[in-house]
Amino acid sequence: MSQTSRFSLDRRSLLGGAASLLAAPALVRAQAKVLKIAVLLPRSGLYAQAGQSCHRGALAAPKVLADLGYAVELVHVDIESNADTARTAAEKAITEGANCIVGAFDSGLTLAIAQVCEQRQVPLVINIAAAPQITEQGYKYLVRNFQTGGQLVTNGLRLIKEISAATKVEFKSAVFVHANDTFGTAQRGAMDAIFPKADMPFPIVESISYDPRAQDLSVEVTKMRGINPDLVMVVTRAGDAIKLVRDMVRQRFEPKAIISPGSPGLYDEEFYQALGPLSDGMMFNLPWANPKSPVTQALEASFKVANPNNRFAVDSFNAGFTLEALMVAADAFKRAGTTDGPTLMEAVRKTKIEQHVMIGGPIAFDAKGQNTAIGTAVVQNQNQTPVVVYPADVAAGTPALPLASWQGRK
Amino acid sequence: MRREHLLLGLLAAALLALPLALDRYQTSVLVLVFLSAYVGQAWNVMMGFAGLLSLGHALYVGLGAYVSAALFVHFGVSPLIGLLAAVAVCVGVAMAIGALSFQFRIEGVYFALLTIAFAEVARIGFDHLKWTGGAGGLFLPVAGSDGQWWNLRGGPLFFYYVALAMAAAAFALCAALRRSKLGYQWLAVREDAEAARAVGIDVTRARMSAVVVSAAMSALGGVVHVFYYNNVFSAQIFDMTRSIDIMLAPIIGGIGTLFGPILGAFILVPLGEGLIFATQALGVNAPGAKAVFFGLALMIIIFLAPNGIWPSLRKRLGIGEAKP
Amino acid sequence: MTLSLVLEVLIQGMLTGLVYGLMALGLSVIFGVVRVVNFAHGEFAVVGMYAAFLLFAALKIDPFVAMGLVAAAFFVVGYFLQRVVVTHFIRRPDHEQFILLVGLAIVMVNGMLMIFGPDARHVELSYSYDSWMLGPVLIDKVRVFAALAALGVAGALFAFFRYTQTGLAIRACADNLTGAGVVGLDVDRLYALTFGVGLACVGAAGALLICVSDVTPMLAPSFTLLAFTIVIIGGLGSMGGALLGGLVIGVAEALASLVIAPSMKSMVSFALLVVILAFRPQGLMGKRAA
Repeated sequence: MSQTSRFSLDRRSLLGGAASLLAAPALVRAQAKVLKIAVLLPRSGLYAQAGQSCHRGALAAPKVLADLGYAVELVHVDIESNADTARTAAEKAITEGANCIVGAFDSGLTLAIAQVCEQRQVPLVINIAAAPQITEQGYKYLVRNFQTGGQLVTNGLRLIKEISAATKVEFKSAVFVHANDTFGTAQRGAMDAIFPKADMPFPIVESISYDPRAQDLSVEVTKMRGINPDLVMVVTRAGDAIKLVRDMVRQRFEPKAIISPGSPGLYDEEFYQALGPLSDGMMFNLPWANPKSPVTQALEASFKVANPNNRFAVDSFNAGFTLEALMVAADAFKRAGTTDGPTLMEAVRKTKIEQHVMIGGPIAFDAKGQNTAIGTAVVQNQNQTPVVVYPADVAAGTPALPLASWQGRK
Repeated sequence: MRREHLLLGLLAAALLALPLALDRYQTSVLVLVFLSAYVGQAWNVMMGFAGLLSLGHALYVGLGAYVSAALFVHFGVSPLIGLLAAVAVCVGVAMAIGALSFQFRIEGVYFALLTIAFAEVARIGFDHLKWTGGAGGLFLPVAGSDGQWWNLRGGPLFFYYVALAMAAAAFALCAALRRSKLGYQWLAVREDAEAARAVGIDVTRARMSAVVVSAAMSALGGVVHVFYYNNVFSAQIFDMTRSIDIMLAPIIGGIGTLFGPILGAFILVPLGEGLIFATQALGVNAPGAKAVFFGLALMIIIFLAPNGIWPSLRKRLGIGEAKP
Repeated sequence: MTLSLVLEVLIQGMLTGLVYGLMALGLSVIFGVVRVVNFAHGEFAVVGMYAAFLLFAALKIDPFVAMGLVAAAFFVVGYFLQRVVVTHFIRRPDHEQFILLVGLAIVMVNGMLMIFGPDARHVELSYSYDSWMLGPVLIDKVRVFAALAALGVAGALFAFFRYTQTGLAIRACADNLTGAGVVGLDVDRLYALTFGVGLACVGAAGALLICVSDVTPMLAPSFTLLAFTIVIIGGLGSMGGALLGGLVIGVAEALASLVIAPSMKSMVSFALLVVILAFRPQGLMGKRAA
């Protein structure tokens, strides 16, 4: 008996489903006054720290965007650093009426979402994700307002040369250390390809890849100490950057500089909390929030209200790119005047935003959906705060090289 | 017998028609359900039928995914053909592991640990294999909604039917296997290997065939996984948590039963989605809460009903499944 | 590659290996007697690390002192875990024991994630960054202390099993369960004691580990694997074997990082594991049960 009644239940919902299918197009066609954006971020799991940092930017965004005259409604979704979840969350968000998606910090997660956006013709504006493949696979419904791994390395190396000249501190040799994870290997590949052509004044004596799950990095540091390079280039995440520095201190290994040619790890709150004064002096060559832009200042003000317990200086990279992605979507909607996917996407591709947060030229996208005008700055930890120290037109402080001795830091 | 055949037919008809009533999100959830049921069925062949505990089943799924994806990316080989290569590789690896274990009498706990070790070796190995992108991951070209079905390209609806067909085929295959001579040999070996040997069963061969069947089935799961997601990362696909995820559905549904993996998947996947929804609705940001709940459920089920939910449910429904 | 570099790496490997050995010792003791494989072992090690971290953060108790407190607390936990839960599973099939403890492991990892979050935590001692120079070779002070403490705890454990009445009774249970029952030993109680002792070991190891590395919840599964690898290489159930296995793994991984690539070092341990399983399944110091 029970099974027959269950079947009739199925049939009923089936009919209802068919009816709603018929009704759906009418809903979509209705003109919206507000753009509904789903912000998909990995706020738990492996990328929790970065995802939460981006999320804080998204929380600060509505005020900034409203003041700029944009009308948006944000839906925040945690995708748990899990591709399965990312994909179903994207389906769910679009089904529930999101007209545009912003996310998702990690390349794998971003691609899981891109797949859905492509099929449903909903624009995906990427806040952060560096894998070059993303804009090489032929996706028509995504744009990336972030540098590819190769661009990060190219700019990172160029700035190492420039900062060395500016501070008159020469490097005769370097070691490249990277985590053997998705991002780390991509950067290693870019480094292997770009370094020989970059005409650097020093050789890379050795590239060391370490297991990001390793409990300690003492052997890696011992190996480095055996080479004793002037410069250590690192591609890390926060947890292993801490271990790396701590083992350097323990083994009294003091290179002239520790510079990341474009990676997270050295500017997370966790890093400053764990290492205190030992975190000072590290440099990272990254796209960074332009402290002199009015939009940055507006974001900082809103950020302080939205996240009273967090420092904007520490979050400015993640929060800045997340705001810019939202801005791209909102701006396209304003110009297109519709939430219809293809039309909205067309407007996204024609983006040209002069005033924005990050250092660099106006936000615009090439045929593949890549913004090629993103600038890079040298940022240095000073008094446990990231400070832009180069180039001079955006700098808020002066670079300090060589690295101060570990001993006697207080 | 008639009663369950009728039920089964109704269920199949309902599942075939179900996408009409679902939106794309719900469809994509069901894709996960069927894939989970399918791989769970494969795992169950080893554990439930032959009594071999594999704690590293992600190995075969991952290998299947990598082999088919690499062939597609590098040589444009259709996954329908890549599947054959994937199955061949998985069967080869399974036979190597089987030979190593059964030759040297690695059993029980040791066998389980060996399976983990191989999955971990694969994870680290693929992290360093340049040909498949290393730790950077392997990416497939974009798939639009107008997919080429022979290249496994398509949207959730397409994958809904692919996954449904897989789950159904795995169910039918396992049902047939269990009624076969081999199935009875597995049963005998699982219950008492020494006694089985005494009555003339080739224990090593029986075990080896279970490992091989299970690995080959898992390979297909991997192929579909990678073509559904369009990219594969060794750190994720070979991860131990992935192996544990594979085991959860059949354990909760009922180890050694035919319907257990399916029932388990139907409980677990929607439960996970529901928990995401609940935490979001409540506004709590408690990463880990979902997994804590899963862990507790696992402990409680193994404590109270070590045979899973299906056997007791079956009794309620009055359906007879051939005694395991 | 200079000799001093190799020597330094070797010593680091040995010192870390001894601490890992102590962690694995707990697993070995439990398996050797109760015949249950504690699949949540690494999780307990991580809880031990957090416990020592909390004691230091809140009460400024040095982890080398806190080690005793953590071990005592873990003993109690282990005793009751065995008495209340695990005891029902002793006669159940392997896979059921496994699933019970996998479930426990999942709850523990994610529980810690909920409580402590994903950030790495550490203990900053006044001597955290101190080191000694022996000629050209540099040795971490904290690692030496941790290794010595690990040896001390292991020594105490050996003495317990060799010279105390209870210890001897537990060994009798392990050697001949039916016999132990016949002569009137309270097997349930002895099992609970053993489980307690095993967890005390891993708790102590956790307190030592927090001195040499940071703790995050995600460490736990890799510690479980590490403990298994060590114990199988040394010999499941053999106490000396666990320490020896720790040394072997510590040295092998350290050398592998130096000679091959740091990111491939755990592959070396797994390769060792497979070789041992194939050619000496009872482990370096184990007795073949069958």
